[in-house]
Amino acid sequence: MSQAADKADPARALPGARAEAIDRRLSRRIPLAQGIRRQTLVGWLFVVPALLFYAVFVLQPLALTVQYSLYRWDGFSPATWVGLANYASVLSEPKLLETLFNAFRLVLFFSLIPVTLGLVTASVVHRVATGRLGTVSRTVLFLPQVIPLVAAGIIWGRLLSLSGLINQGLTAIGLGDITRAWLGDFDTALPAVGIIGIWVLLGFCTVLLLTGMAKIDAGLYESARLDGAGWFQEFRAITVPSLRYEIGVCLTVTIIAALAAFDIVYVSTGGGPGNATAVPGIQIYILAFLERQVGLASALAVVLVILVLLVILPIQRLSREDAR
Amino acid sequence: MLTVRFHRALAAWPAARLVVLTLATILVTACAAPGAVTTPSPAATGTQTSSAPSAVAAGPSCGTDPVKLNAYFETGFDLPFKLSDEFTKQYPNVTWDIKQDQFTNLMSSTPRLLAGDNPPDLIRLPSMVTLVKDGLLKNLDDYVTAFGWDKFPAAQLAQNRVASDGTRGSGSLYAAGLNYSLTGVFYNKKLAQQIGMTAAPTTVAEFEDLLAKAKTAGVQPIMMWNATASGGGLAFPLQNLMAAYGPTQPINDWIFQKPSATIDTPTNVTAAQHLQQWVEAGYFPKDVNAIEYTDANARFGKGEGVFMFNGDWQNAVYDKDMSSNVGFFVFPPGQAGGSVAAMSAPLTYGIAAKAKNADCAAFFFNWVATNEKARQIDVAVGGSNPGGPPDLAVPQAAAPVTNETLTAGADVAKDNGAMDFIANATGSIFAQGWTPELQKMVGGKQAAAGLLKAVQAEYEKELAR
Repeated sequence: MSQAADKADPARALPGARAEAIDRRLSRRIPLAQGIRRQTLVGWLFVVPALLFYAVFVLQPLALTVQYSLYRWDGFSPATWVGLANYASVLSEPKLLETLFNAFRLVLFFSLIPVTLGLVTASVVHRVATGRLGTVSRTVLFLPQVIPLVAAGIIWGRLLSLSGLINQGLTAIGLGDITRAWLGDFDTALPAVGIIGIWVLLGFCTVLLLTGMAKIDAGLYESARLDGAGWFQEFRAITVPSLRYEIGVCLTVTIIAALAAFDIVYVSTGGGPGNATAVPGIQIYILAFLERQVGLASALAVVLVILVLLVILPIQRLSREDAR
Repeated sequence: MLTVRFHRALAAWPAARLVVLTLATILVTACAAPGAVTTPSPAATGTQTSSAPSAVAAGPSCGTDPVKLNAYFETGFDLPFKLSDEFTKQYPNVTWDIKQDQFTNLMSSTPRLLAGDNPPDLIRLPSMVTLVKDGLLKNLDDYVTAFGWDKFPAAQLAQNRVASDGTRGSGSLYAAGLNYSLTGVFYNKKLAQQIGMTAAPTTVAEFEDLLAKAKTAGVQPIMMWNATASGGGLAFPLQNLMAAYGPTQPINDWIFQKPSATIDTPTNVTAAQHLQQWVEAGYFPKDVNAIEYTDANARFGKGEGVFMFNGDWQNAVYDKDMSSNVGFFVFPPGQAGGSVAAMSAPLTYGIAAKAKNADCAAFFFNWVATNEKARQIDVAVGGSNPGGPPDLAVPQAAAPVTNETLTAGADVAKDNGAMDFIANATGSIFAQGWTPELQKMVGGKQAAAGLLKAVQAEYEKELAR
């Protein structure tokens, strides 16, 4: 999740960068340019420690992954240069491509549903549940975020098993015919994993959107109501447009959680049955640590990073422009 | 995204280049080809392995000076810990520095541990061919002659031999077994009686007859696991069926990666067809694709399932859970009076090529196989045959089922029917081949012939990489 947050913040950083650019243009005209230059030097000194950590723990691993992806390497003996052969394998082996498709199917559950539901829930909580009820509902919704994903995976594994609570409930209301091992059935395994994802990510989206709603000028709603607008009209004309930046962040974080999913899937299904829930994260793990194909695993990881960027960048741009 | 941000910052602020330069130097340090620096060259390890005889000539032992054995054991298995305690009791100058880890973690970290600065004297080995190819494991041939291991039954050591072309089963010895496990069919005595089983089945047809009777009686015929997290347990009955309808040699050749070996043979297709019939007849639990190993054992222990395919490492647990209401037989042959076969694998431990106390570690291996107390611990704690010289009697065990597995092991040995496990052919054939394909068979998405073709294709792809 922290990785996801890292990728989300360029949207915030960029206006700052532009401000610096303006600063610099000004500094050429103003005689006190020297002083400003010293100021910025001091600024850089403040940034350098963090930047060093960023370089060592984020940029260097990224560069190493790209480098490994060009070799055939078992992790410890000398590596052989193979150029782009690993990428050719990633893009031609059906088993590896299938994991990428599964990742995109997870986007529906991990991202689109939690963000949509989050918007509705947040607006209901914002309108109806004020005071203590609001705090309680926020806490309850956010709770899944606090529980480690591995624990969530184990709990849901029990709930969704053949003798689990969910099937007991279904039998109790007369739906005994549809009970099954939800995580072990080819047709339901991926949606079942998706439901765990919804449960985890809904609270995050709701709380983030609620915070955004608190910033919306109450006067807007008041004047809308004076004009006779209903709940849905308010929601569509005021709430959603005002929250574009928050929605952008929600989409970014949840899409990354879907495409780079590992822990929930690994604990609940391990990628099975068959390859029904195999996602790139799991395949990278198997390739690197069971097959010792570090190069191929790195290539798949790089392809995944590129895909994430291709999906995320347009969202970033949209939410940024709309925010202005 | 990270790089995009970087470029924009550069365009906006030339002075940033200075910082970038320092960052670049950090990154450049990584630009040598991976693995190039730390790995010893094959030539260097080669001389090390061949320099061992001088020490061996004096008679390998732990000496009388204090020795600290550096060991890596597998978490969750008591046997090596109990053996090491007993060893120190008998040889007080030997103490232990034991680290432990999960088997899956050992799979990924073993090469680095063996190649590292503090190479282990004793380590649980998940697989060995690549480790031998990279010169990381000590060649034990000199110890074979020094300790007289060549007088042990040949089949005992075969699985730990690696030939110069990288195939297993023959060549130099690179590991030793602390004991030799056996797999087969456990059964719930009460339920078996209930469906009319009076003696262990002598043919597959008789066994299938019992399965049908259980189904009709409304009793779960087989308890098994097949969830991804534990790996496809249906590979156990499948391999038993393979050995019932065909010879074991081609199966072992395939596992040992002999050139042009294939698992897609006519008799294996027959075996897979039987398994498919079992699936379709509902002999396995309907949620078997979601059942993990521990859950399956728990459910069998509570009386769910007449039969369960598993190994003798589970003896003590079953005996306790089912209060001795558990029996064992080796999977029957296809024809009455045919030879029996079973997966039987050594609990494999190796010595690092650069180990400091290799002689003492080898002495420990010999002690485990020959010392009376050690053999007792082996049977009581491990539940498996301790191996060793054929003239030593196998100790009696407290759990009745263990005596059944030990007797069965003798039958398998007599028929020369020991096989390694088809899941161990390559590092990931279980995760990438058997498990998903067996799950597809359960889900009705894969048939017998297709299953073997898919696994063979995965096998060839992995070996070609």
